[in-house]
Amino acid sequence: MKKQLVLSETLTKAYPSENRGEPELVVFENVNFRIREGEFVTCIGHSGCGKSTILNILAGLQSPSKGYVFLDGKEITRPGLDRAVVFQGHSLLPWLTALENVTFAVRARWPEWTKAQVRAHALEYIEMVGLKDAFDRKPHQLSGGMCQRVGIARAFAIRSRLLLMDEPFGALDALTRGSIQEELVKICAATGQTVFMITHDVDEAILLSDRIFLMTNGPRAHVAEAVSINLPRPRDRAEIVHHPGYYTIRNHLVDFLVSRSRELSGGRHGATPVPVHNAKGELLFPPDVDPLALSETVTR
Amino acid sequence: MKSTRAQGYLLSAIIFFVFIALWHVATLQTVHLAEGTHLAPAQIAALEEMGMATGDIETLAAAGLSFAQMQQLAGLGLTLEELEMAGGIGAFGFTTGEGGAAETAVTGFPGPGQVGREIVNQLSDPFYNRGPNDKGILLQLLYSLRRVALGFGLALLVALPLGFLLGMSPVFKTALDPYVQILKPISPLAWMPLALYTIKDAELSSIFVIFICSIWPMLINTTFGVAAVKSDWINLGRTLELGRFNLAWRIILPAAAPTIFTGMRISIGIAWLVIVAAEMLIGGTGIGYFVWNEWNGLNIDSMILAILVIGLVGFALDAALGTLLRRFSYKA
Repeated sequence: MKKQLVLSETLTKAYPSENRGEPELVVFENVNFRIREGEFVTCIGHSGCGKSTILNILAGLQSPSKGYVFLDGKEITRPGLDRAVVFQGHSLLPWLTALENVTFAVRARWPEWTKAQVRAHALEYIEMVGLKDAFDRKPHQLSGGMCQRVGIARAFAIRSRLLLMDEPFGALDALTRGSIQEELVKICAATGQTVFMITHDVDEAILLSDRIFLMTNGPRAHVAEAVSINLPRPRDRAEIVHHPGYYTIRNHLVDFLVSRSRELSGGRHGATPVPVHNAKGELLFPPDVDPLALSETVTR
Repeated sequence: MKSTRAQGYLLSAIIFFVFIALWHVATLQTVHLAEGTHLAPAQIAALEEMGMATGDIETLAAAGLSFAQMQQLAGLGLTLEELEMAGGIGAFGFTTGEGGAAETAVTGFPGPGQVGREIVNQLSDPFYNRGPNDKGILLQLLYSLRRVALGFGLALLVALPLGFLLGMSPVFKTALDPYVQILKPISPLAWMPLALYTIKDAELSSIFVIFICSIWPMLINTTFGVAAVKSDWINLGRTLELGRFNLAWRIILPAAAPTIFTGMRISIGIAWLVIVAAEMLIGGTGIGYFVWNEWNGLNIDSMILAILVIGLVGFALDAALGTLLRRFSYKA
């Protein structure tokens, strides 16, 4: 059993109300989850449930109103090089070339390295995302998909403990998105990177994830279920849809987003994510994955 | 695309030559009108007999006075210089035969040929120095450029860090905004007397005036540029643990550079406008003083040359900062 890397306990974010006397606005409350080393976790929920805020708290860019997040046993209070972030837009620095954008991060990570070392290391990751021929171009000379690839190369290049991705493919067309997803599957398999990713795309989540966190609607949102995706790896975008378990999971997720996310909103949910069983009665969420979640077991 | 450019330049050239031609024709006419009165040798001899100097006779004739009027003047027994001191011939009730046009004969607006000769003349020895009131035009220009460089440089040294502070700290921005808003619209020349009184040095006062007029666009643009840096880029810097200095130097500065350079471009334009006026006030050296000095000596052709030089230098300064701006611009 791999060791636990991230722990979130009673995480709550509330904003004071604009009008006096009104209660404060609680975006999400009592969010508990764990992420193991090497795990790929996605988080799905409707807009406004605070997904991005959770990711920003993990990144150390925002702080919670209540509760804690720990990385490797240490509380996260500020941003750091042990976490890498791929933002929603590509967030490349437009005055630097693709390669320079990566070396920028590599230099920050290993300031003691020589120029040649930094360049060689950065080039390795530029090649990994298939941009060897475009390394010299500035972001405005690259397509949206290529820019996001550079962003991914930059994030992987610093070899962080935890990679955070906030809807990284949201702005891309379906074809580009598909090919980058496949590359991401390969890169994650090769590097064993721990990833926490936010997405709206159910198929993307199933293809990439070991587990999917399902969030109820805000305000007072919550991680209601943690669905284990026990489909075999390596996964292939074309083949995975023919797997007998695929639509069981997909329907479960869609069903959650369509109805249960609303039913369970506003605090009508359990304190911890509910493990989910598949159609054959097998636990979709094996016991060794999340001991915290096993405190309540519900069979559907 | 290429042909529209060529057409544009061709039109520019045509406008230039039409202007020169019109100028030439207009100044030719004035010369014709200002021919003045022709005196017969006998008349000149008669005036000289009455005690009038030969030079004075020529000047008055050129001014268009008739023989009869000149006889009356000669009767007063005054030299032309004494006449001028007493308020000019107008004060004695004399009007020139050809009205205002004759007067231009004395001041004589120069034609393009005359200005062209003056340009060649001045630029053949542009750096000569023959005492306080007689220096070459490019030497005067260097004095002005030095003042602008010092005032502008000082303003940049203050505006950049202060702009960063205001851009990064909403508290400071709110606190200092009223002062900036009130100080900004003050005409730079309004500071001049106060500067002269407190600094007691004309040179430093003019540098101060350049400083005070060029600081505002740079300060405001730096503040705006720094405050408008995309939060994703700042967050990137924070996740890379860049530290305050590296964040400012490696992310905020390049991100805000185009806005900052635009501010610098506006500032240098204002500084160049103001230095001419400031030098007219303080005198001594500089291209502004040169213009004023030539006006006092009624050297209209030198004045025109100086005006032209002021325009060309302003254009060059703007173009230099425009090049820098393009160098540091980026497409998002």
